Amino acid sequence: MSKKIRIFIGSLFASVIFPTAAIFIVFWFSSQKNEPQTIDPVLRADHIKSVDHSEFEVLQQEFESPHEVTEACVGCHNGRDNEIMQTAHWKWEREAELPNGRGVHNIGKKNLLNNFCTGAAGNNGSCMRCHIGYGWKDKSFDFGDPTNVDCLVCHDNTETYFKRSGEAGMPATTENATLAQPVPDYNYVAQNVGLPTRHNCGVCHFYGGGGNNVKHGDLEEALLECSKEVDVHMSPDGADMVCTDCHKTENHNITGKHYGVSAMNKNRVNCEDCHGNAPHNDRIIDGHFEKVACQTCHIPTYAKVNATKLWWDWSSAGRLTDDGHSIAENDADGNHNYLSIKGNFVWDDNVEPEYQWHNGTADHYLLEDTISTIPVKINELFGSYTDTTAKIVPVKVHRGKQMYDTEYNTLISMKLHAAEKGEGAFWKDFDWDTSAVLGMQYNNRPYSGQWDFVETEASWPLNHMVAPKEQAMSCTECHSRDSRLANIDDIYVPGRDHSRFLDNLGNIILVLTILGILVHTILRIAFYKKRHHAH
Amino acid sequence: MINKFYTPYNRFWHWTQMLMVILLSVTGWEIHGTYKFFGYQAAVSIHNAAAWGFIILTIFSMFWMALTGEWKQYLPTMNKMGAQIKFYLSGIFYGEPHPVLKSRHRKLNPLQRMVYFLILMITIPFQIITGLIYMYFHLAKNAIGIEYMRDTAILHTIGAFLLIAFLLVHVYLVTTGHTVWSNIKAMFTGYEKSEEHAELEHQ
Repeated sequence: MSKKIRIFIGSLFASVIFPTAAIFIVFWFSSQKNEPQTIDPVLRADHIKSVDHSEFEVLQQEFESPHEVTEACVGCHNGRDNEIMQTAHWKWEREAELPNGRGVHNIGKKNLLNNFCTGAAGNNGSCMRCHIGYGWKDKSFDFGDPTNVDCLVCHDNTETYFKRSGEAGMPATTENATLAQPVPDYNYVAQNVGLPTRHNCGVCHFYGGGGNNVKHGDLEEALLECSKEVDVHMSPDGADMVCTDCHKTENHNITGKHYGVSAMNKNRVNCEDCHGNAPHNDRIIDGHFEKVACQTCHIPTYAKVNATKLWWDWSSAGRLTDDGHSIAENDADGNHNYLSIKGNFVWDDNVEPEYQWHNGTADHYLLEDTISTIPVKINELFGSYTDTTAKIVPVKVHRGKQMYDTEYNTLISMKLHAAEKGEGAFWKDFDWDTSAVLGMQYNNRPYSGQWDFVETEASWPLNHMVAPKEQAMSCTECHSRDSRLANIDDIYVPGRDHSRFLDNLGNIILVLTILGILVHTILRIAFYKKRHHAH
Repeated sequence: MINKFYTPYNRFWHWTQMLMVILLSVTGWEIHGTYKFFGYQAAVSIHNAAAWGFIILTIFSMFWMALTGEWKQYLPTMNKMGAQIKFYLSGIFYGEPHPVLKSRHRKLNPLQRMVYFLILMITIPFQIITGLIYMYFHLAKNAIGIEYMRDTAILHTIGAFLLIAFLLVHVYLVTTGHTVWSNIKAMFTGYEKSEEHAELEHQ
C-alpha cells in the first residue's frame, strides 16, 4: 500500500470517522429516554359493600323528617356523628395560625369574606344550603345536635337526594316542595347509601358562588362524565377516580383543603402521594420537582368545558328595567355578563392559569382587618424562590369590585338573600345601604354608613383538570421570551431571562471580530493582487 | 519535504472538539432563548450529553498531553511574539514568510501558544465548571443564594461569547498558512509540506 493511501485512510479515521462517531454517541445518549413510571393504586371503586342497607328494618320506617334518617344512621354507625361534627364540613371553620405572626384564628366559610357573594354569614338561607346540616338558618342553629347532621348529602348513591334552595340546608318538605325540588324518597335514599361519589362532593363543590364552575374553574359538573383530555383522573375513559381516591379519608377526616379558606401547610393532598417525587424517570424534568408543582405543567388550562368567572364587578348591580324588573344579559357564549342582583361578570373557558410561589401557607382578609392594599387581597399565597418549601403553582385569580366602608376602610359584608321583599336584602330590595347595615350587623361589625367600591382579588390554586401526559406543557411554555412565568420575577429561568447588557456586548464583540476578519481578508487580497500586478 | 505535525490522536481531538463546540453552541443559544432549532427539551438533552462528551474528551486530551509531552508546546512564550503580531498586521500583506517556522515540536507560533494556553487553561475549565454548576446546582438547593442561577448562567454565557469569538478568528487564521488550504489540509492528514522546502521549490 502506498504511503498516500495510508495517509488518506488514517486521515479518514482520525479526522472524520472517529469525530463523527463521537458526535453520534452524544446524540444517541441525548436521545435515551426512560419510560415514565406507572402506578396502580387501590381505588374506592374496588371497595366491596359489606352490607345491603335495604334489608335493615330501621331504614324501612316511615320517615317524618330527615333528622329521623340521621337518627337511624347513627343508631348503627355510632360515634360517626361525633367524628363528622369535629370537621370543617360541619363547623365551616378551622383553627389556623396565619403567617407573618398574625396569630391563631378560627377561620372558614363561616366567617371569611370573598369576592363572589362577599360572605356566607347572614345569607344563610342561600349559602348554608351547602352545609352538611339541616337548617343553619341563623345563629340559633344547634351545632351540638347530632340529628342536625345530613348524612345523606354525602352518602346518597341514588343521585336523587337534594337540599332545597333557600332553606339553609333542609331538603324540600311537603309544604315547600315543587316539581323540580320534590321531597326526597328517604327510604329509597337511605337504603342505597355508600361511599361518596363525584356526584356527592360535586353537588356543592361544583356550584360554589352561585352556579356551575363559578368559583374554582377546575371543579365543575362536567367532571361527572368527562373525557380524558378534561381530567385524566376522573374521566371514565381514564382512571374514573372519585374525589376520595385522592382526598383520602379516615374517620370522616378528609385530607386536602382549599386555600380559599385555609391557611396552614398541613393536611394537604399531593400528587406525589401516589406518583412519588421522580415519576418521569428523567433527570431534568424530575429536577423541576424542587421548585415547580406537578400541577404547573400538568394543568396547562382550566375551565376546559364550561366557563368560569374571572371578574365580578358589584358596582354596576341594581340596574332595573323602567317597571322595576331585574335584568339578565348574556355574553356571546351564553354566560351572564350582567345580572341586576350581582353586577357585571367576565367569564372565560380554557383559561391559562396565572403562576405564584406557594409554600402551603396563606393569609386571609379577616372580618376585623382594614384595607392595606389595592386591590384588596381576599387571600394571599405565600412563598418565594428562597423558600425551600415553596413551589410555583398554577392559580386562578378571581378579581372584582365590591362594597367597602370608606370611613372605617373595611370590606363590607352584604345582606343579599332573603325569602321576601322588604327584609332589606339586596337581591330583593336593591338598596346598598340597607344591605350593608344588615350584613354588618349580623357579623357584629361596625359600619359608618359611608361606602364605595374597591377592587379585590382572590387566588384559587388549581389542582384538578389534570391533562393526559401528552398534553402536559412543553418546555418553552416557560423557557422562552414570552414565558408563562412572567410574574415569577425572583428566579432566573433559562430561555426566558438573559442579560440584555451581556448579550449586546457579546454581539458587538462578535460583529467587530467578523468585521476585523473581513478587513484583513480584503487587505490580503488587495495586497496580493498588487504584488502580482507589480511582477 | 513533507513533515508530520499532527498525530492521529491530535487530529481526533481537534475535530471532535470542533464538532462538540459547534454542537454546544447551537444547542446552548437555543437554551439561551435566541432561536428555536432542535426544540428546547432536545437542545437541553443534547447540550448536557455533549457537555459530558466534551469533559471526557478533555480528560483524555490532558492525559495525552501529559504522557506525550505535547503540553510543552502550549506553554506561552514571549520569544518572537512581537514579530508574530507584526506579521499578522503587516508582513502577511507583503507576502513575507512566517517569522516562526512550524515544526513537529513547535506546531504553534507564540501568539497561538498564548491564546491556546488561555483557552485550554482558563476558558474551557471555566465553561466546564460553570456548566456543571448550571446542570447540578439544584442538588445543593439549600446551600445556595438567590442569584446563584442567574450568575452562573451569565458567566456561562460570557464564556460562550469568548469561545465563539475565538472560533471565528481561529477559522480565519486557518487560511493564513503557507497557502490558503495548507493548514486545514495538515489538520486533516497530519502532514504538511514544510515552508522552507516550499520556499525552495518556489524559487
